Amino acid sequence: MDSPGIVIGFYMMAGLVLGSGTLVFLARNLLHALAFLVISFLSMAGLFLTLSADFIAMAQILIYAGSISVLMVFAVMLTPLASRDNGNTIYVIPGLLAAGGIATFVGFLALDTNWYGPATDFSTTIDLIGNLLLGKYVLAFEIASVLLLFALVGAIMLVQTSSTDHEEGEG
Amino acid sequence: MSGDIRPATPMSRQIAEHQSLLDRTLALPRPVLGILSLMLIGFIISQILVGYLVISGELDGKWYDIRDLGNAMVSLDGVIQNSEMDSRISSALAYLVPTLLGATGIVSVVGGWLLIGPWVERRLIAKFQIRQGPNRTGPFGLLQTLADALKLMQKEIIIPRGADRLLYFAPPIAVFIPAILGWAPIPWSPKMSYADLDVGVLFVIAISSLGVLAVFMAGWASNNHYSLLGAMRTIAMMISYEIPISVSLLAVVLLTGSTKLSEIVIWQSEHGVWLIMLIPFAALAFLFASTAEINRTPNDIGEAESEIVAGFYTEYSGMKAGLFMGVELGNAILVGALMSTFFLGGYTLFGLENWVPGYLILATKIGLVYFLFVWIRATLPRFRLDQLMGFAWKFLIPVSIALMFLTAIESSILVRWDVPNFLSMGVIALVNIGAAAGLTFAWVKLLFRDTDLSAPPPPILTREMGGLQAAKALRG
Amino acid sequence: MTEISELIFEIGLMHYLIVSGSVFALGTAIALGKRSAIAVLMGIELMLNGSILALLAFSRFPQNTSADAGLVDGHVFVVFVLSVAAAEAAVALALSVLVYRKRETVDLDRINLMRW
Repeated sequence: MDSPGIVIGFYMMAGLVLGSGTLVFLARNLLHALAFLVISFLSMAGLFLTLSADFIAMAQILIYAGSISVLMVFAVMLTPLASRDNGNTIYVIPGLLAAGGIATFVGFLALDTNWYGPATDFSTTIDLIGNLLLGKYVLAFEIASVLLLFALVGAIMLVQTSSTDHEEGEG
Repeated sequence: MSGDIRPATPMSRQIAEHQSLLDRTLALPRPVLGILSLMLIGFIISQILVGYLVISGELDGKWYDIRDLGNAMVSLDGVIQNSEMDSRISSALAYLVPTLLGATGIVSVVGGWLLIGPWVERRLIAKFQIRQGPNRTGPFGLLQTLADALKLMQKEIIIPRGADRLLYFAPPIAVFIPAILGWAPIPWSPKMSYADLDVGVLFVIAISSLGVLAVFMAGWASNNHYSLLGAMRTIAMMISYEIPISVSLLAVVLLTGSTKLSEIVIWQSEHGVWLIMLIPFAALAFLFASTAEINRTPNDIGEAESEIVAGFYTEYSGMKAGLFMGVELGNAILVGALMSTFFLGGYTLFGLENWVPGYLILATKIGLVYFLFVWIRATLPRFRLDQLMGFAWKFLIPVSIALMFLTAIESSILVRWDVPNFLSMGVIALVNIGAAAGLTFAWVKLLFRDTDLSAPPPPILTREMGGLQAAKALRG
Repeated sequence: MTEISELIFEIGLMHYLIVSGSVFALGTAIALGKRSAIAVLMGIELMLNGSILALLAFSRFPQNTSADAGLVDGHVFVVFVLSVAAAEAAVALALSVLVYRKRETVDLDRINLMRW
């Protein structure tokens, strides 16, 4: 994968991901961290595009940058008296050590192995994904939809207070 | 009483003395009329020439075939490839030049619209309200947009005291990005689309979900309770109406069998039918939900101009607020372009695209959809937020999903059996229209089964009823 | 390391894995070290993103580069990871809002006793 577009795109997007990820850690304010997280999600989508994963890139933008970020925004809104500073606990030092260890380990693994080259003819993925989702992995697909239903109903039931039962008629 | 009734007010005098367009044209001075008729004759002759070229097929694919500007791009590509440059430079140029030209084209379309769009909208709304719009600044008020822009640019930029620096300056830019990015996959002609993605439909849905964050940042960073309230209302509305948009586009993808926008247009042209005739409920749901996504009346409860000052962009002054208002306009024609591409046949018009350039047809359709938007804005009052949310969750989403199931059944039948176009499209259209109407009525009956829908008694003047005490006694 | 220009100018699986590992490590640091529950959730999402990148990279660089070109099982796995991430984010945020109602805080240093 040595075409100049992919190379430039990869370095730009990778830099953006790592930079905004670091800024999520270092931001002083929870909402600034959220903004940087959104930037990292969007750059990850860019990285997926360099990998010819067009469907997953769009799904990443839709789900992560479009929905999960809005979820976190609502969570911040619904907790008005909580502290909005992005402070660290005392476990940040072991956390950083663990992160360093993981990064070193994966980096060494990546650098030391003799990986294969890229697949030669990677075209659009959306038909193939559709065929697999409804063919080979249909059971997992159905279970995932049931899981989403459970999560939806469960989240609604969790935060429901007893005062939301006067819904009569049309609003 | 003399027979000649003299109107007293200037406005009615203007109405009384109004001449028709034909009268005014024939009253022009002779030389102007001569030039106009020469232009008309020249236009007819040129069309006959073009007709000969088109019919004989000599025009297809040449670089001067302006029916499809992509032909010029293809020949430019060939010129770059065949020149004696280093192969890496030539491949980079062959990639860069169409990209930059296309980007310039898109920005000029959106920018050009932002130059005359506000004027068009204000004059149209004024016509609906039987008054004249801006007609003072420049001939016919055409410089009104420029005057507004200058006014906004020279305003003092007031930043609220507790405003969050990072999150205050980002939204005017961040809200503009989806308005420009959404133009990328739209096909203007068979070879003219900036980025004909294989996942074009998903791209459109993903882009429309990016506007939500900009709205939230604007509302939050203003350090103003009312801005935040407006932002929350707008966000709730926008994320609720993303689902009907996705379900409608899912129905489109089911019927056409592809998520590529150019293939959707080609499907509509091959089957000789517009998707709005086949899945009208999905088209109308898409239209209404898009109106909510772009915060336009009747769904602009977040930035209702008469209620919450300006909603989430209250604290923005000068060109920042101008950008928000401009983006609303830019989004309106983007939705017009998407609606035309998905449901109105895109750049095709049952074969007319062999004569008239496809991009002109698409521009006309965008104008028609935009006219519909302005018509709705001038006519309908604003919906309340709970009415909007109830409509989305209780009506649009269930009925859209049910009709999408029906469309899935129809599309699988269509794929399997080889029926002539007329029969299959007619049957699908009839079944869909009947199912949509029937399901709508049944669902509304189900939703309203417990409420009393009889109209409240008409109001009576208290004076006629005999005073306040009598009125109270009557009403009980 | 004589082919350093090849390393820089030719993107291979190694580059993607380094980025994936770094993002995962960043996510771990955020998830382990932050005080607010919502920040911890941000770290978890970053970790999931890193694993998604690794999955897609491995799908793009298969064993048999010509015959396995159309295998998108990694992409399907990623679809499930995305849906599970969304579900888990929703439930986690609902739980944090619920905890906020009881304790008036989402500070993880304060929510360390089951009783009060």
